[in-house]
Amino acid sequence: MDDTFRVKTGLAEMLKGGVIMDVTNAEQALIAARAGAAAVMALERVPADIRKEGGVARMAPVRKIREIMEAVDIPVMAKARIGHFMEARILEALEVDYIDESEVLTPADEEHHIDKRAFKVPFVCGARNLGEALRRIAEGAAMIRTKGEAGSGNIVEAVRHMRTIQKEMRQLTVLGKEELVAEAKKLQAPLELVQYAAEHGKLPVPNFSAGGIATPADAALVMQLGAEAVFVGSGVFKSEDPEVRARAIVKAATYYNDPVKLLEASEELGMAMPGLDVAKLAASELLQTRGW
Amino acid sequence: MDAPLAGVLALQGDFEAHRKALADAGARSAEVRTAGELERVDGLVIPGGESTTLLKLLKDEKLWEPLRRFGRQRPVFGTCAGAILLARRVTRPEQECLGLMDFEVERNAYGRQVQSRVVRIEDAEGGPLEAVFIRAPIVRTAGPGVRVLARYNGDPVLMEQGLHLAATFHPELSAGRRVHRLFVAKLRP
Repeated sequence: MDDTFRVKTGLAEMLKGGVIMDVTNAEQALIAARAGAAAVMALERVPADIRKEGGVARMAPVRKIREIMEAVDIPVMAKARIGHFMEARILEALEVDYIDESEVLTPADEEHHIDKRAFKVPFVCGARNLGEALRRIAEGAAMIRTKGEAGSGNIVEAVRHMRTIQKEMRQLTVLGKEELVAEAKKLQAPLELVQYAAEHGKLPVPNFSAGGIATPADAALVMQLGAEAVFVGSGVFKSEDPEVRARAIVKAATYYNDPVKLLEASEELGMAMPGLDVAKLAASELLQTRGW
Repeated sequence: MDAPLAGVLALQGDFEAHRKALADAGARSAEVRTAGELERVDGLVIPGGESTTLLKLLKDEKLWEPLRRFGRQRPVFGTCAGAILLARRVTRPEQECLGLMDFEVERNAYGRQVQSRVVRIEDAEGGPLEAVFIRAPIVRTAGPGVRVLARYNGDPVLMEQGLHLAATFHPELSAGRRVHRLFVAKLRP
C-alpha cells in the first residue's frame, strides 16, 4: 500500500466506531458536531427529499459546502455523482476531507466510475456485494459503505448488503488457490483483491454501513453485522428531534454490544423519520442499483 | 501473575489498530468503554479519532473524572486525538482536556485531509522513525518536564512525561512497533 493510499484509509480508520451525518447547512452541521458525529456529509438535499422531489441531484453548491467547512472542525465529506470526475476535482480543490461517489445523486456516467487513484483526496463508494466493493477498491476507493436504500428509513437493504458482503468473504476463506481465480472471474474483480479478502476474511479498506439507519437500534444492528461505522442520511434531520436522535445514534455506534446502554439511548427519542416499504418501490425508484 | 493488561479506549477511533500494535509489542489488551472496564487495566491507550467525539462520550458516559484519576496513577498513551486529550491546553478552538501532560496543542494545525502525509523522521531518539500524520495537531509549547523524543519541522511530535506518552502522529498505522514498546515498558512489570 503506497503512502498516499495509507493516509486515505488512515482517515477512515479514525472514523471507526463513529457516525457520519448528512447535513445541508451550517446549522445542521453544528448540531451534528455537538452530538458527537465523527464527520459530516455536506449535500444539497437529504436522500428522503431527493426521493420525494425527483429531478437531477448534483454535487451540493460550493457556497453551502464552504459554509459547513467553516462551521465545524470535524472532517467534512461531500458527494459527487457517479463518474463525474470534474465535480470531484472541484471538491478536491475545495479541500473537502472525503468524497462520496454516491448513488444517491443522479449518475453522470452509466458505464464508468471515477478513477479515484488519480486524486489526492480519498473516496468512499457504495457497494451491495463483494464484487462491487472490490471493483470500487480497484478504482481507488479508500473506504466502502454498504448502500442500503438511502432515504427509505428502512434498514432491510442495509442488512441485506452487509450480510451479503460478509458471507461472500467468509465463503472465499475456504476456497483453494485455483478456485479463487474462478471466483475472481465471477465477482468481476481483480484476483489480488479477491486473494486479500480470502486470506483476511475482510476488505483491504474499512467497511461502513449506510442507507436506511433511522434509530439507535438500527445503528447497533449493522455494527453487530460487521459495519465499522455508520452513515446516517435522512435519519437524523427528518426525525422529530434531530439533536436528541443524533446523540442517541452516536451512543449506539459506540455501545452496540451493550443492551443497557442501547436502552438508555432509545428512551425519549421522539418520532423517527417516516419509513418506506422498499419491496413496494418500483425498480426505477431504487437508488441502490446505480453503480456498475 | 498475569502479564500486564493494556486498555484501549474504544469509544470511537482506530482502537483496533492499537490492539494489533500492542499484541505485536508483546502486551495483552482489552477494549475500554466504561469506568468499570477502566479499573481493570494497567494502562490506557487513547487512540486517534475525533477528539470532540471522544470528549463528548467521555463526559456523557461519566468517564472523564475516572480517567483523570486513572492518569494520576497509571500510564496513558495518546495518539493524535488522544494526545489532544492529554494536553494541558487545546487551541483552535479551545476545548477541555485532561491536563496529564504539560504541553499546548493546536488542532488540525497542518490543514485538511489533503495535507495528511507519511514522513520519515531521521533524528528521532532511537533512530529514524516513520510518522503517519492525519489531520494532525501541532504542539505549540512543551513545558520543562516534557521530554521530546521526536520532532518534525521543529515541532515536538513524540513526547514523554512521567508515566505518559503522547504522539501527534499514528504509530499504530506504521509497521514498526518501537513507540508501542515504549508504552508497554511503562505498564506494571
